[in-house]
Amino acid sequence: MLYREAGDFSTSYPEDSQTFPIKFDRYRYYLVLAFAFLVVPFIINDYWANAILLPFLIYAIAAIGLNILTGYCGQVSLGTGGFMAVGAYSCYKFMTAFPDLSMFINVILAGVVTAVVGLLFGLPSLRIKGFYLAVATLAAQFFLVWLFNRVPWFYNYSASGQISAPERDVFGIIVTGPNAPAWATYFFCLIFLTIAAFIARNLTRGSLGRTWMAIRDMDIAAEIIGVNPLKAKLTAFGISSFFIGISGALFFALYLGAVEVGEVFGISKSFLVLFMVIIGGLGSVFGSFAGAAFLVVLPVLLKLVGVDILGWPTDIVAHFQLVIVGALIILFLIVEPHGLAQLWRLAKDKLRLWPFPH
Amino acid sequence: MPDQFYFAVEVTLNGLMAGVLYALVALGFVLIYKASGIFNYAQGVMALFAAMTLVGIMDGQVPFAHLINAMLGTHVQHFGWHVPALAAIVLTVGVMVALAWMVQRFVMRHLVNQDMIILFMATIGLAYFLEGLSDLMWGSEIKKLDIGLPQGGSFWIEDMTSSLGSDGFYGFFIDQLDIVAAVVAVLLVIGLVIFSNYTKEGRALRAVADDHQAALSVGISLNFIWVLVWSVAGFVALVAGIMWGTKSGVQFSLSLIALKALPVLMLGGFTSIPGAIVGGLIIGVGEKLFEFALGPMLGGATENWFAYVLALLFLVFRPQGLFGEKIIERV
Repeated sequence: MLYREAGDFSTSYPEDSQTFPIKFDRYRYYLVLAFAFLVVPFIINDYWANAILLPFLIYAIAAIGLNILTGYCGQVSLGTGGFMAVGAYSCYKFMTAFPDLSMFINVILAGVVTAVVGLLFGLPSLRIKGFYLAVATLAAQFFLVWLFNRVPWFYNYSASGQISAPERDVFGIIVTGPNAPAWATYFFCLIFLTIAAFIARNLTRGSLGRTWMAIRDMDIAAEIIGVNPLKAKLTAFGISSFFIGISGALFFALYLGAVEVGEVFGISKSFLVLFMVIIGGLGSVFGSFAGAAFLVVLPVLLKLVGVDILGWPTDIVAHFQLVIVGALIILFLIVEPHGLAQLWRLAKDKLRLWPFPH
Repeated sequence: MPDQFYFAVEVTLNGLMAGVLYALVALGFVLIYKASGIFNYAQGVMALFAAMTLVGIMDGQVPFAHLINAMLGTHVQHFGWHVPALAAIVLTVGVMVALAWMVQRFVMRHLVNQDMIILFMATIGLAYFLEGLSDLMWGSEIKKLDIGLPQGGSFWIEDMTSSLGSDGFYGFFIDQLDIVAAVVAVLLVIGLVIFSNYTKEGRALRAVADDHQAALSVGISLNFIWVLVWSVAGFVALVAGIMWGTKSGVQFSLSLIALKALPVLMLGGFTSIPGAIVGGLIIGVGEKLFEFALGPMLGGATENWFAYVLALLFLVFRPQGLFGEKIIERV
């Protein structure tokens, strides 16, 4: 009753191959977009923006990036934190070097720089496979964090070793710095997320996405049928790093405002984004959203229940959070290796038949 | 001989000792990998958990004291007794065996026949779980672990070497604890080799590593073997935890040594016990010498990444590691 494809006819090829071929999906998608763009900016306040919405939007971009690399191309990466740091620091350098540049361009440039760095660290993936590669990406993680910590040029020789975002605007609207209004930062991140999701969704449906998936499913067989592994793996690394760099830049400039690289972009960030991808669903753009939402809301919820309702000390709640996240990861891998996205797919199949299953 | 040279020798010796400690952690990885093909990321956290449990039992801490106090409003902290080190170690081994059984029962049994990378991620989840659990059980503050191992520089070595150097006075500083660790590591390796070659369980373990189905068909219980393997890995984790915990206190950073053990394994190969030792020594010496030679020029703290970059470069030329079995790929 609720979810039907009967009576949904396509009369042209573009109509048949559009992103959401089922009418219900399409309208739901438009509705979510309209709500996010037209309603939320008017009702948003600082608490919601900083506690839930901004981290969700930014992590979703990072999760989409990692999902392209790990979920679609099958190359497990533990260097996400390091690549986010590249995005943050290159954004900072652009912001301070060219004060007149629009923030929009700064973030895009940060993504491009990260993509180049990602390509560089993606090169060994042609020789190294599986979790050997996962460990090799740790080299990127530790080396990059060390680099940003030790080379003063990156943080403009500031005494504290931190970088902090100066005030920058887009078309006259301030989006970074302490004076930026909540709706502006939200809107800025939302635009990037929408574009990222749009690109990712269409790339993975196209020929490039298919070569990635061929490499993921069995690289040697893919090579034999004519997929160029060099091109497939490096494009996956480059595009994935581009998104991760953007999310790192946004994370620093819009969300935190000031960053100490070892604390913010350490190895735990890499794992956090990896967990988002696993819990959300490997190889699914929707899964990236679901995973990011889940892991952003979970700590807030736990804190609400543990600290505010039960009155426990914060450190106990933090430890519980570790236990729960760990148990959830294992549970998901056992029960549903395809994550929340697969649950959603199953729900749709059930809804199709809903009141009268057979 | 210039002083620089002696200094380099001292750095090398200290690197060798640090390498032994890395190798201790790496050993636990190799054991589980050989028997079940699982790459156990949680090994480092197991070392942390073991060390914390040991300290907790020795000091007579009440497990989950913090949580109980928060939930019931009581103020229990200690049972008020102290357990001697040896008894505490035995008890901790018991806890690690129980943990091994739980891992096998609740996690690994359900993940049979899954991809290697799925199993790897499951152990990452296990690592988070254990980390939270050990903090909940014993509290997250830094603890001091002292089971009576000798510590501090060895005067004997310092006296022996004090005639070297240009001014006739230069003693090598080598921590006694490192020497103990080296001895323990050698004993552990010998013990493990004897165990896997000359006991019934050890042979069964190797049979399982060779071929699960064939092992099953001759009547070897897979469940038992896996509990055994995880117990042995838990024991190795305990030894590593004692060594590292005595050296630098029992704290969260202990679990990060697992990350340090990864490049060791990549160098040595995942399937080779001697490989773990040699890889550990190479990494230990390499990072200390690199820091000594180039660290001041590059801004210091190169130890954070040197091991990984070395392993990365190494893998590009030899993907199976020094002693690993050759990787053969088929469609």
